[in-house]
Amino acid sequence: MTHISVTVDGTAYEDEVEPRLLLVHYLRDRLGLTGTPIGCDTSNCGACTVELDGVSVKSCTVLAVQADGSEVTTVQGLAPDGEWTPLQRAFHERHALQCGYCTPGMLMAARDLLRENPHPSPEEVRRALEGNLCRCTGYQNIVRAVLSAAEESDGSGATGERSAASAQEVTA
Amino acid sequence: MTDQAVEREVGKARLRKEDARLITGQTNWTDNISVAGLLHMAILRSPMAHARVERVDVSPALGRPGVVAAFSGRDLAEGLGSLPCAWPVTEDMVLPDHPPLAVDEVRHAGDPVAVVVARDRYAAADALEAVEVDYEPLPPVLDLEAALAEDAPLVHADKGTNRAYVWPLKTGEDYGSVKQRADVVVKRRYEQQRLIPNAMEPRAVVVTPLAASGEYTVYSATQIPHILRIMLSVVTGVPEHKLRVVAPDVGGGFGSKLQVYGEEALALAVARKLGRPVKWTESRSEGYLATHHGRGMIQDIELAATSEGRLLGLKVDLLADMGAYLMLVTPGIPILGAFMYPAIYKMDAYEFNCTGVFTTRTPTDAYRGAGRPEATYAIERAMDELAAEVGLDPVEVRRRNWIRHEEFPYTSIAGLTYDSGNYEAATDKALALFGYDDLRAEQAKRNERGDTVRLGIGVSTYTEMCGLAPSRVLRDLRYSAGGWEAASIRMLPTGKVEVVTGTSPHGQGHVTSWSQIAADVLGVPFEDVEVVHGDTKVAPQGMDTYGSRSLVVGGAAVHRAAEKVVDKARKVAAHLLEASEDDLEFRDGVFSVKGSPEARKTIQELAFEAFTSHDVPEGMEPTLNAEHVLDPENFSYPHGTHLCAVEVDTETGRTGIRSYVCVDDVGRVVNPMIVEGQVHGGLAQGIAQALYEEAVYDTEGNLVSGTMADYLVPSAPDLPEFVTDRTETPAASNPLGVKGVGEAGTIASTPAVVNAIVDALRPLGVHDVRMPCTPERVWEAARSAQSSGAARKEGSA
Repeated sequence: MTHISVTVDGTAYEDEVEPRLLLVHYLRDRLGLTGTPIGCDTSNCGACTVELDGVSVKSCTVLAVQADGSEVTTVQGLAPDGEWTPLQRAFHERHALQCGYCTPGMLMAARDLLRENPHPSPEEVRRALEGNLCRCTGYQNIVRAVLSAAEESDGSGATGERSAASAQEVTA
Repeated sequence: MTDQAVEREVGKARLRKEDARLITGQTNWTDNISVAGLLHMAILRSPMAHARVERVDVSPALGRPGVVAAFSGRDLAEGLGSLPCAWPVTEDMVLPDHPPLAVDEVRHAGDPVAVVVARDRYAAADALEAVEVDYEPLPPVLDLEAALAEDAPLVHADKGTNRAYVWPLKTGEDYGSVKQRADVVVKRRYEQQRLIPNAMEPRAVVVTPLAASGEYTVYSATQIPHILRIMLSVVTGVPEHKLRVVAPDVGGGFGSKLQVYGEEALALAVARKLGRPVKWTESRSEGYLATHHGRGMIQDIELAATSEGRLLGLKVDLLADMGAYLMLVTPGIPILGAFMYPAIYKMDAYEFNCTGVFTTRTPTDAYRGAGRPEATYAIERAMDELAAEVGLDPVEVRRRNWIRHEEFPYTSIAGLTYDSGNYEAATDKALALFGYDDLRAEQAKRNERGDTVRLGIGVSTYTEMCGLAPSRVLRDLRYSAGGWEAASIRMLPTGKVEVVTGTSPHGQGHVTSWSQIAADVLGVPFEDVEVVHGDTKVAPQGMDTYGSRSLVVGGAAVHRAAEKVVDKARKVAAHLLEASEDDLEFRDGVFSVKGSPEARKTIQELAFEAFTSHDVPEGMEPTLNAEHVLDPENFSYPHGTHLCAVEVDTETGRTGIRSYVCVDDVGRVVNPMIVEGQVHGGLAQGIAQALYEEAVYDTEGNLVSGTMADYLVPSAPDLPEFVTDRTETPAASNPLGVKGVGEAGTIASTPAVVNAIVDALRPLGVHDVRMPCTPERVWEAARSAQSSGAARKEGSA
C-alpha cells in the first residue's frame, strides 16, 4: 500500500492505495465519484477523461499513485456552484449527447482543446476529439457544441444564441 | 392558472430534460451502484472456440485473498435453466441447450466456464487465474457453407446438424416462370460482415437479495427490464412477483442490450446462493466476446428484369450465422429482413429462403436495424447493378420501379401494407440538396480525363418496417410475445403529471418526447410532466425499447392514455359546471361551457376534485388516472433517400466521403432536434459498416479484433458532416402520425456509401467491394479489375 494525497474537485483526500490501482477506479470505487465512467480497457474510448494538474488524461491509463500530490478535476467539478460552463450549456443546447456515457470525457477533452486553441475550426475540433468515442451522435452535434462554446467564451454570446436558433431551424 | 393559449409541444425542438444529470456526472449507471456488503463477480471464459471441458477446479481460487466463493458450471447447473430463445421461427427449429455457465463443452471463445466472487473487482480478477480448467480441443466451425456439409464437425453434436432452421417465403407469381420472361438477370453475392455493437456503456448487473422474503432486485444495463424479469424468473426459478428489474441510466444499446444474458442469470443465482449482493461489470474486451454480435450473413440475391429496367422478380437466399447458441431473438433477425428485400419496389414474384447456421462464434442477435439493414443493402446494391446492366442512371431505375405516392396504401409483394409514403418527394428534395446533376457532370468530366482520384455517387432509397409490432403478426411469425406497449397517466392532486411508460430509453430522450405528447393532450405545461420508466416496480407493464418501436407504439400509448384522462376530466367538469358534456369545450387544459366562457374548470382543478372525490359524478372512481395498452394495427414504414459522394483514390485505395445528404420521411415529428440526432447516430453506424468495422476471426475461431484497439469504432475525424432534411407524410396507423426513426439512418446509409464506391470504380470494371471497404480492399478491387482488363471504355454505360 502506498500513501497518496490528492485533491479532487476541490476536496483534499489522503488514502492508502495499492500501487496498481487505476486512477479511475480510485475515483469511482474509493471516492464514490462515479460521474467519470469507464468505457474500455485499452484507452481508446476516452469516456474516463479527467484533468490532472490542468491537462486532460484518460484516467484508466494513470495509476492513482501517479496522481499523488496532484489536483484532479472531473466532470463533477465543472460546475461546483451549480452554474454550468459554456461547454456544458452548449452540449445541452446543441443536443450533443444522447445516452450521455461519453459526455464526461467529451467535456473534459473539449475543455482541454479550447484552452489550447480557443478558436478551433470544425476540423480541428474533430481531430482534438479523436481519442473520445461516441456511439450515439455521429459527432456532428458534439462538433457544433464545441464550436458554439468557443464562440460564447469569446464573449459573443449573442452570436451563440443566434446560431443555436438556426441549428434548430435546420432540424425543423 | 392562465388563459393564455398553450403553445403546441409536439413539433418543437425542446431541449432534453435528461441532459442535466448527464452533463454534470450525476448519473446512475449500473456500475455506479454500490451497496453494503457488495461482492464482485468475475468470469473465467474459454480461450478456445470449441472444446470439451474435461475438468474445472475452482478450489485453488478459494484460497486467494478476498475471495468469498467460486463456482463451476456443474456447481450452478442445478436450479439454472437454459438461456431463452423467444423466437422459434419454424416448428422444427433446432434449439440447443444454452447453460449460463458451460458444463461439458465450450462453443465459442468467451463461453463462460467458471465464476469467482470476491470483495473487490481486483481480487476477483486475480483469483480467476487460479481456476484450473482442462480443455480437450474440438474442431471449430467457422465457414457457413462448409458447416452445412454432411461430414462437417458439429457445434452441437447432440443435434446432429449445424442447420438451425430453413425459413422459406414465396409470394406472387412463381419466380422461375417470371425469370423466363426476363431480359436481364442480375445475380450477386454479398457478405454482411459481423459487427460488434459497441454501446459506450459496457454491460453490468447488480443483484441485491432480500433473503428474508425471497425477493431480489436486479439492476441491469438492459434495454428490456420487463422482458428480462419474465425470462430471469423462468431461467432461475425465482417467482416473477419476487423479482424487480431496474434499468437505471443505460448508456446505449443498439440491440446489444436487447438480450437475456448468462451474466444476469449468474449474478442472480450467485446472490441467491450467498444471500449477498453481487455485481458484475464487463470489460470492453470481455464484452467483445460475451455480448452478442450483429449481422453475419451471406446473401445471394437475384433480380429478374426487363431491358427497360423494370423489375419482374426477386430471389434471395441467405445463410445466416447464428453463432454458437440461439439467444433471445437470434433466429428471427434475418426473418425481419425477409419482408424488406422487395423494399419500395413493385414486382410480380418474390422468393426468399433463409438457412440459420450454427458456428463456434459469439452468438449473433439484434444490432441496430436487425435484418433490415442487411436486406436494404442487398436490394439497393443490386438495383445499382441492374441500372448498370440496362444502362440507366441508378435514380432512374428506382423511379421506374418504386410505388408511386398515389398508390398508397400499398400491399408489397412480401405482404406488408405500407400505409403511407412519398418516395418521389423525398428523392426530389434529396437530389436538389445534393446537387446531383452537377456532381454527375463533374464525374463525367473527371472520368474522361482519367483522374486517379475518382468521384463516386451512391444512392439508397429505402423503406423499413419498424414499430414492433402488431401482436397478431408476431403470432404468425411464431414470436413468443406480443408487441403492445403500456402507458399510464397520473394527474397528481397538485396538478402535476406523472407519465408511466413501458418503454425503456437508453439515450433516445423519451422523457422529453413523452412530456411533449402528454402536455399537448392534457393542456398542461411541458415542465409539469415527469416521465417514469425502466423499473418493473414503478412501471410494471411494458415491452421495452428496440425495433424503432418506442414512439410509434409507446408514445402513441401515452397519447391514448392522456385522452382517457381528458375524457374522465370532462365528466367531472360537466358535473361541476352543471352542463352537458356535449356543451363543453376543452382547449389548452381548460374546460368551458360553450357560450359562457366564465363557466370553466382547469384540468388541474379537476385533478384535485377527482382526488378529494367529494363532488364527482355518482359512481365515478376517484382520481384522474388512466392507463392504455396499445397494440399497434400495423408496422411503421419510414422511408427516405440517401445520397453519398465519395472521392476514391485508386492509387492508395483511400476513400473519403465528400458529402452525405439524406431526406428521411419519419412521419410527423415530435421533437425535430431528437429526430435529427437519431438520424446522425444511425448514419454513423451504417457508414461504419461500409467503411470501418468488422469482427474478424482467425482460422482457429479466435476473435482477432478482440479489443477496441483492433476494432475500428469511428471517431470524429472518420465521419463527415451530414446534411439532413425531411419530408413529412404522416403515418396512417397511429394517432400521432409518427413513424420510427432509430434505425433508419443505419438501414439507409450502408448501401449509399458502398454504391458510391462501386460507382467510382465501375468505369474500371469493378462491380463490388467487400465491406468494410478498407483502403486495401478498394485498392485491390481497382487493381485486379484493371489487370484483368475488365475496364469498359470510358464514358460508356
